[in-house]
Amino acid sequence: MSAVETQVKEAKPLLSKKDRKLLVDPLSDNNPITIQVLGICSALAVTTQLKPTMVMAISVMAVVVLSNFIISLMRNTIPSRIRIIVQLTVISVLVILVDQILKAFVYDVSKQLSVFVGLIITNCIVMGRLEAFAMGNKPGASILDGFGNSAGYAWIIIAVAFCRELFGSGKLLGFQIIPDAVYEMGYVNNGLMLIPAGALFVIAIIIWIQRSLNTKLEEA
Amino acid sequence: MLFLASDLISIFVRSIFIDNMIFAYFLGMCSYLAVSKDVKTAIGLGAAVIFVLGVTVPINWLLLNGVLKEGALAGLHPSFAEVDLSFLAFIMFIATIASMVQLVEMVIEKVSPALYGSLGIFLPLIAVNCSILGGSLFMQERDYTLAEASVFGLGSGVGWLIAIVAIAAIRMKIRYSDVPKPLRGLGITFIITGLMGIAFMSFLGINL
Repeated sequence: MSAVETQVKEAKPLLSKKDRKLLVDPLSDNNPITIQVLGICSALAVTTQLKPTMVMAISVMAVVVLSNFIISLMRNTIPSRIRIIVQLTVISVLVILVDQILKAFVYDVSKQLSVFVGLIITNCIVMGRLEAFAMGNKPGASILDGFGNSAGYAWIIIAVAFCRELFGSGKLLGFQIIPDAVYEMGYVNNGLMLIPAGALFVIAIIIWIQRSLNTKLEEA
Repeated sequence: MLFLASDLISIFVRSIFIDNMIFAYFLGMCSYLAVSKDVKTAIGLGAAVIFVLGVTVPINWLLLNGVLKEGALAGLHPSFAEVDLSFLAFIMFIATIASMVQLVEMVIEKVSPALYGSLGIFLPLIAVNCSILGGSLFMQERDYTLAEASVFGLGSGVGWLIAIVAIAAIRMKIRYSDVPKPLRGLGITFIITGLMGIAFMSFLGINL
């Protein structure tokens, strides 16, 4: 009996190879930010501190996964001429929900993110994944695709925020990391990390590292 | 009156240089990176952005203050006086932008086929440009008056045009430079944008 069970399990693992590719690919080789160049807008402006960045990453994840799922359910009934407006409507309803939830439970972070919660609507990742994937695939696969891509987005912005908060103000999540003794020895926080341009340099370095490790991603 | 005019000029200059959509808020980065390979197309897209921002920000201001804000509907029926619909702002703004873009495209096609030839292909791209929605959201957050909102919309558009034309010109030159291979394309564009952002920060000291 148990032998049969294991056999069945082997034949049908939790995630097939294709599904795993959907999840893992966007984390590196097909990353939405560094390779597909989507969703840069909101990615950078919120990254001065780690906490709002994590809230932003979770919000984007919720919107991408849910909108992928909903559009994928409706994909056969949406007339292709008006699909953009249908997609925008679904996305903005989800973003309104996210915005209201943030205002209710983490008001201070919601104030910090200000317009950037609303800008999830025009975040190219959401539209891009709907157009490129959810319109032509089943709901299950679309959910995985949404998770994969938003996780790829999340790790990049969290990495950027980590560098900026650590080097810019010597803190992580608001707690001081770099001890006072180091400051007394003459260490100074890097002010470049706090201005908007700092985010661009950090992300350029991430791209540089990624493309030197994987030379087939280089542009001519 | 003079005070008002100087106020408006101050908002205009601020929105072009200091609160530049790209260098201060990274809005509209997607099309900024994708369409900045050639100066001519960059100018076309920039002009379309100025146009759409200049039109949608005042319209969204009217909608926000005439329909969505608390008490705005009191004129219809006294019992609506406490209705606050401002949580619907996102969906209202994006619907306005999408339909305005469509409308503008149709009007330009009818009125000026020459302008349509140069701007037309960019208009659909603009509906999902973050800087357009961003303009309306900033207008809501900062509580501008109608005049301020119009000036702010135009100024932000001009700032965006300057940014994309500058980066396009630099990218055309950089083709002849020896950039490290892994940095070519996206990486070096980010670094240049950062340097330009630092240059634009020098406008911070200007007090109007």
